[in-house]
Amino acid sequence: MFDLERWQEIFDTIRKNKLRTFLTGLSVASGIFILVILLGFGQGMQNGIAHEFEEDSATSVWVWPGTTSKEFKGLNPGRTIQLRNDNYASSLALFGEEIEYKSPRVFVRNLKVNYGKEALVYSIQGVSYDFQFIENAKMADGRFLNYQDEVSTAKVAIIGNKIKQDVFKEVETPIGEFINISGVLFKIVGVYSEREDREEERIYIPITTAQRVFNGGDRLNNMSFTLPVMENFDQAVVQAVAFKEDLQSHLQQVHTVAPDDTGAIQVWSALEEAKRYYSLVGNIKFFFWFVGICTIIAGVVGVSNIMLIVVKERTREIGIRKALGAKPWSIVGMILHESIFITAISGFAGLIFSMGLLEIVGPYVEVDYILNPSVNFIVAISTVLVLILAGVIAGFFPAWRAATIHTIDALRDE
Amino acid sequence: MIEIKDLHKSYKMGSNVLHVLKGIDFTVEEGELVAIMGSSGSGKSTLLNILGMLDVADSGEYTLDGVPIKNLNETKAANYRNKFLGFVFQSFNLINYKSAMENVALPLYYQRVPRKERQERALKYLEQVGLKEWATHLPSELSGGQNQRVAIARAMASEPKVLLADEPTGALDSTTSYEVMDLIQKINDQGNTILVVTHEDDIAHMCKRIVYLKDGVIVEDKKVKQVRASEYV
Repeated sequence: MFDLERWQEIFDTIRKNKLRTFLTGLSVASGIFILVILLGFGQGMQNGIAHEFEEDSATSVWVWPGTTSKEFKGLNPGRTIQLRNDNYASSLALFGEEIEYKSPRVFVRNLKVNYGKEALVYSIQGVSYDFQFIENAKMADGRFLNYQDEVSTAKVAIIGNKIKQDVFKEVETPIGEFINISGVLFKIVGVYSEREDREEERIYIPITTAQRVFNGGDRLNNMSFTLPVMENFDQAVVQAVAFKEDLQSHLQQVHTVAPDDTGAIQVWSALEEAKRYYSLVGNIKFFFWFVGICTIIAGVVGVSNIMLIVVKERTREIGIRKALGAKPWSIVGMILHESIFITAISGFAGLIFSMGLLEIVGPYVEVDYILNPSVNFIVAISTVLVLILAGVIAGFFPAWRAATIHTIDALRDE
Repeated sequence: MIEIKDLHKSYKMGSNVLHVLKGIDFTVEEGELVAIMGSSGSGKSTLLNILGMLDVADSGEYTLDGVPIKNLNETKAANYRNKFLGFVFQSFNLINYKSAMENVALPLYYQRVPRKERQERALKYLEQVGLKEWATHLPSELSGGQNQRVAIARAMASEPKVLLADEPTGALDSTTSYEVMDLIQKINDQGNTILVVTHEDDIAHMCKRIVYLKDGVIVEDKKVKQVRASEYV
């Protein structure tokens, strides 16, 4: 390995055969390049999907009422189900121990909202104080709703960061400012921020205020819960599915809905959904690995092919060397040394180029479900090492054949 | 120096067996310059290849400088070739991307001589064949005669016991042939044992002994009065 003469031998050969060396190197480098890019995008997809699910709490479960589609106990299909405070209370009474955070929600619609003279077109939602944790919202300023607001039907509002940027440009902080919702003044007490702009275009007010001030009665639009976080993902999914089914059948009983009429009361579990996506990502990653490994195999076949040609071309030279006293192993060593050198240099070139591309372009990739494609350095390095090893194995057989040809036959080769 | 007894060699050509050497007995003393003559197919090249351990005999004994040559494997043969023998071929067999000096130094590389010493010795032998100023040239930049002189320098560089030359003048015109033979004679004058395979009568008569081969047997083995090649140059 550290034999200067042999290194010079290799450089001589490479210098004399630039095109051949370049093509060998290119096949190796492109193999590594494609593999790394594929793996990078596999990781990017996983990142992207994980990101989508981070918007809401990973363990959240949402209940949305719909319309019945089946006749049940004498009731016609086509009934619209209306959730009420009772349903929320009974759900809590039944499953309270399994739940971590909980909040009902009311959409307050068709009301004029003004800040000073400016008319605001943002959705107003009545929620409970836990809602911040269900939505994974961060407080940028002030506070979120609290228990006291809810009991006292306080006329307070929390606005999203986007609203602050759009409307409250003139004031230092929107905290303490008043907005006018259909003639009732609400004091802004907090600003929240979320990952996505559209999630920041909401005004939250206490659920009790929303129901009482705006004639909501005891009607709810939906309910949301989170389950305590568990270490084991699969166990968490099982827990979430069980909770979802219990909750659904409870609400179906209360509203006299057929047990198999899933559209009437829809319960959606983020974890279950996540599992579906993660298994999809797993399949995609497997596919990428498969394609990548096929690419590597193609690279190895290319390298061994070229090694065969190299050896064929150098048969006479090998004969001369043997006549001068070269032992078979020194011939094998010489050819392998060259093959390792070329695969290593081009493999690392492909690696550096592809990782560089991922590093530079990766953070700018803004496609849904793909985020910051990147690749594990250890994985990439071991791929290159595998390729070098494969090059050694692929180069060994032609080299060994060349070394054991009868010297006299090798010398006759034209 | 060389002693062979009852040497046989045959080649399979499809279903036919071609008996090339049919019992050769032959001795060469140290310092001899022997020409092996014969028409093509007489077995002279095969004999030289067996002497050079490039080929293996079917039966018979071969002793080189007191060492019995038998049970050869590639590694052993490579060792003996490197230690005992120097080769000169009709087609020179220089490595085309190496300079004259690198070609001459190559056998020394396989003797594990350090790099610097290799170069010094290679230059010394190039000087002996009168090509010192061509040391950095590639074979493609040299004439045929010059290439053969480089090949002779390479054969001598490992300081072999025996120099084997297979038609060394076969690819050269008469003037350069005589130059090469002159060089071979001078090397012989220094006490080196040399075997030359040739089918040219004038080249053979520049040796000290001529062995005629016909159909795989020695038909004549005679000492001759050496014609100095320098007379023609």
